[in-house]
Amino acid sequence: MKYLFYPGCSLECISSAYYESLLALQNKLDVEFEEIEDWNCCGANEYIALHRIPSYALIARNLALAEQQVDGAKTLLAACSACYVNLARTAKYMGTDRELNTKVNDALSAGGLHYTAGTVQVRHILDALYKEIGICKIKKLVERPLTGLRVAAYYGCMVLRPDPDQRWRDPENPTALEELIAACGAEPVDFPLRTHCCSGHMPQISTEASLELLRRLVESAVKSGADLLITTCPLCQLNIDAYQDEMNKFFGTSYRMPILFFTQLMGLAFGLSPDALAIGREVVSSAPALARIGVKVEQIPPPVKRPPKNTSLPMPRMPKAYGEQL
Amino acid sequence: MTETTDKNGDHRIGVYVCHCGSNIAGVVNVYETAKWAQEHLADQGVVVAKEYKFMCSSLGQKLIEEDIKNEKLDRVVVAACSPHLHEKTFRGAASRAGLNPYLVEMASVREQVSWVTSDNALATEKAKAMISGAVARVREHQPLDPIQVPINPSTLIVGGGIAGIQAALEIANSGFHVYIVEREPSIGGHMAQFDKTFPTLDCAACILTPRMSEVGMHPNIELLTWSEVENVEGYLGNYSVTVRKKARYVDTSLCTSCGICEQKCPRKVIDEKFNAGIGYRKAIYTPFEQAVPKYPVLDRDNCTYFEKGTCKACEKFCGPGAIKFDDQDEVVTLNVGNVILATGYDMFDARRIPRYGYGYLPNVFTSLEFERMCNAAGPTNGAIVMRDGKTPPKTVGIIHCVGSRDHKYNTYCSSICCMQSLKFAHLVKERTGADVFNFYIDMRTAAKDYDEFYQKVLEEGTNLIRGKVAEVTDGGLFDGLDGKLIIQVEDTLIGRQRRIPVDMVILAIALEPRHDATYVAHQFGISTDVHGWFTEKHPKLDPVATMTDGIFIAGCASGPKDIPASVSQGSAAAARVVSYIQQKELALEPVRASINAEQCSGCRICNGLCPFNAISFDAEKMLSEVNQALCQGCGTCVAACPAGAITGTGFTNQQILAQIEGLMCVPVHLEAAQPAVV
Amino acid sequence: MAVSSPAPEEKVGPQSFGKASPPPGSPPSQTAVLDFFRSISPGLPNIEFCIQCGSCGGSCPAAALMDHTPRRLFALIRAGELEEVLRSNTPWYCVSCYFCMVRCPQEIHITDIMYGLKTLAVQRGYTRRNKATDLSRTFAGFIERFGRSFDLGIAANHYLRHPPSDLMGSAKMGSELLFKGRLKLTPNKIKGIPQLKKILKRAKQLEAVL
Repeated sequence: MKYLFYPGCSLECISSAYYESLLALQNKLDVEFEEIEDWNCCGANEYIALHRIPSYALIARNLALAEQQVDGAKTLLAACSACYVNLARTAKYMGTDRELNTKVNDALSAGGLHYTAGTVQVRHILDALYKEIGICKIKKLVERPLTGLRVAAYYGCMVLRPDPDQRWRDPENPTALEELIAACGAEPVDFPLRTHCCSGHMPQISTEASLELLRRLVESAVKSGADLLITTCPLCQLNIDAYQDEMNKFFGTSYRMPILFFTQLMGLAFGLSPDALAIGREVVSSAPALARIGVKVEQIPPPVKRPPKNTSLPMPRMPKAYGEQL
Repeated sequence: MTETTDKNGDHRIGVYVCHCGSNIAGVVNVYETAKWAQEHLADQGVVVAKEYKFMCSSLGQKLIEEDIKNEKLDRVVVAACSPHLHEKTFRGAASRAGLNPYLVEMASVREQVSWVTSDNALATEKAKAMISGAVARVREHQPLDPIQVPINPSTLIVGGGIAGIQAALEIANSGFHVYIVEREPSIGGHMAQFDKTFPTLDCAACILTPRMSEVGMHPNIELLTWSEVENVEGYLGNYSVTVRKKARYVDTSLCTSCGICEQKCPRKVIDEKFNAGIGYRKAIYTPFEQAVPKYPVLDRDNCTYFEKGTCKACEKFCGPGAIKFDDQDEVVTLNVGNVILATGYDMFDARRIPRYGYGYLPNVFTSLEFERMCNAAGPTNGAIVMRDGKTPPKTVGIIHCVGSRDHKYNTYCSSICCMQSLKFAHLVKERTGADVFNFYIDMRTAAKDYDEFYQKVLEEGTNLIRGKVAEVTDGGLFDGLDGKLIIQVEDTLIGRQRRIPVDMVILAIALEPRHDATYVAHQFGISTDVHGWFTEKHPKLDPVATMTDGIFIAGCASGPKDIPASVSQGSAAAARVVSYIQQKELALEPVRASINAEQCSGCRICNGLCPFNAISFDAEKMLSEVNQALCQGCGTCVAACPAGAITGTGFTNQQILAQIEGLMCVPVHLEAAQPAVV
Repeated sequence: MAVSSPAPEEKVGPQSFGKASPPPGSPPSQTAVLDFFRSISPGLPNIEFCIQCGSCGGSCPAAALMDHTPRRLFALIRAGELEEVLRSNTPWYCVSCYFCMVRCPQEIHITDIMYGLKTLAVQRGYTRRNKATDLSRTFAGFIERFGRSFDLGIAANHYLRHPPSDLMGSAKMGSELLFKGRLKLTPNKIKGIPQLKKILKRAKQLEAVL
């Protein structure tokens, strides 16, 4: 089964773990991902804040290139939730908004390209794995069931909403990742904030806003008894992973909640080595969680820490109230 | 050509052009048109052509009557408004003057000419063309007589809720026989499930049960409960309805309703119907204490005897020996003259909105569940408690508009839930003293004494927050909120997001049409709207009739409404039915289809096409026949017959072709691109 | 279709007290404003359909930080207060979680309208010292030069202009990511950069302006 594939900028470096683990699954799942030649950045949620038509034209260049590459495989998969929403939304609006279609194709023609609406179907890899390959097949491929591992599934926002092609039966109450976790032999825990936002790009704009949202997520995951979180979005992974130290510092908490990509979990269950799945590249190490089920993670030694100057005990930081009343 | 009165063998036609004030005369040159008709259509038989300011007035009608008598007219054409409005008026004038009313034809020069163009010249031309067409057509008209159908004085009422009960009592008290067919084991409908009713806070059972007893004891009312309508045939005044009386497994002639069988039955099941899923009942049960009729019913699917062949506790303990395990469904046919559909509503499934937590979070209840909880005869004997069955809540959140006013679920407003939610607020305050929060988008308290009720609830200190709730979650942010449900909402009146912890949440769920409403509508030959509510004949002027004569609707079956409105509709439908019964015979429009037996080849193409199932096939004669009373004159079969064997009285091919020829005779100078529509 | 009223509303406030004629300046007409938003989601329910229920404000994870909730913003647009709307920080706090859009009972495409508000604010010059806009501009700059984003470059550029509250913490995080090989030191450039530049140039000419 061949699919066109749009990696997106995050998968190139900051979430290379996602990229590598996804490609590692190709053989096991008997699929082939064919990358779009010379794809460009989709603009995330930044480009569209400044220009509307140019933003759609930026995204549509990828669709036009995909159209040229279509040869039997008409489905374009994206791994990053934001890239997925951008591509899917553009593909849909090119079909429903005539004025947009005219203007975008006009712009594309300046670069010798054209996109005919409806040529390419855009899907998120979670959707493709869940619906096309199916839980049954995934279950059969499990060689090393992750029994005893308690995993919280974190969907984030954009893989479920706005769902322009109505892929999900119930975006408010999804079960795909939980079923996947169960199929891998692990135990999915009830994580109430699983469809809540990780704050997106807010860490660069308003620290307190984003850290509070992250704190809620991590705390809820801890309360629900999870050993680790899995996710489908590079930005969710980055925020919860890389900003966890800053979050702990800001609130005086000491959470160590590792977060991996769901492809990494699947790969482990399929019997691939943690190295092949780039496990160990996360900031908050998943080694302790995975050690509980006997998986050894090669730890890249962290950089040598300089000893702290102040030796007195820090005071706990009280979280600010956001309108909650008693 | 048809029969004439003129000694020359030609018709004598009168043409009347109405000014309709300036509605027609302002655009069409009525004087010129009348004169033109007199001159140019004389060879078509026009002997009189006049114009008058208001043809529909008594003077205008008198004009026609005088001319018919004096000028010996045998056909009349009135160029005026649409036949929808005054066809009856002019037909009445003709019949008063002794002319068959079906020899009058109207040309709609208002709706089709003066109201669609402002070009005077064009309008006058088109008016002339239409009159020419009408004159050519009316020459082909035949005198017709209305069809008289007798009305069977019995009535069928489907649905034993408050609307059905009201209608039944009205008709029965007028002295006529009524059948009530009710799907549940007892009549009473949804109202029997409620505790108190707004705005008076009357106990629902206290005001309903006297009516129910009256129905149960009335000599003119025959109750068929635990029964469903299977098939409907016939037409106004003569309906033949097949009803399946489901097996009760209890012999009603022996049963004394002592209740021992229910006590001794070992099988306890969740009562999904009457107790809305929060209470239990036995396998053999009466739905509630005041059930009418009081005979219990055996739930075969949950009975040990039917599953394994053992138990039979009910039979053992039944004194009169009324348990009949070999009971069978009984199919009966009822012959009635009119039907009233008062089938009520179903509730929205709150599981469709997971963000409100229904089904996941234990202390989220629907409005119907809460009604049962408040009811003194309900599963908690009227105590307001949380899902554990014993703890009263300290804070309660009531969410309005769940599944209503939402394009994703139901776009309409369910009309009663604001009042219902305020009532809940009052009941919670009264019985538990808890803090109550109501979350609404708009407060709809429009009818009599409703806003006064709202004031009372305000007085009690209920917190009213204007905002549609975003989500209900058990994930509190702060410590010490274990077990609490957090309602996250934007308080739009202060413009801020709030997270309010409560113990219990009540969802005011939408009213929905019965889930088999479209099927029932189809059985009875009426239509439903896009949601499934039965369609009334006219939303303002005829809310209890349908487009099918003899089938009436009452209560929530046609849309959400409160109890006073349902009762009013029940009475209204009853009045209509009684008026038909009193007339003993009704005249139906003679515009029908009829099949020429000689030309019919028995191909039966028309049989399946008739939307009113009016065409039957006589297998012996190998001919199709149209039931004149069922036929509504739609013309589908007329067009479909390959042999042209079917004529539509009042719309024969000759008449239509003549009209077209008459139209074409008059040139109307249109721009090339403009189509002419008549 | 909204019809603009024949005479402009009398806006009373300190700037109008004691004056015989309204203050100078010509904001766009209400019809033009509503048309602009209609063009973002043609054929779909628009701001006119908002029943002010508050589902959007209730669902928004960033609502507590916005000066106006999304619902209130729409009420302000309907009331003709475009200036206040464009000055608001609301669209810039939007995290694109789409909760509002999937929960709106009138099915208004709220997130798309938020993006529209952002572009409008940029167009009309309300974002000179806005941190969020600066981030977007930095990001966009890299896309237009290289065709791909460049995290290290974007972060460096952005933090130079808007230093982070915890500089040491950010530096530590950056070095950790670098060490784990998750940050590239040089940007990636696509082959089709001249093509992309032509496309974007033409697209900018076609942009709707209010």
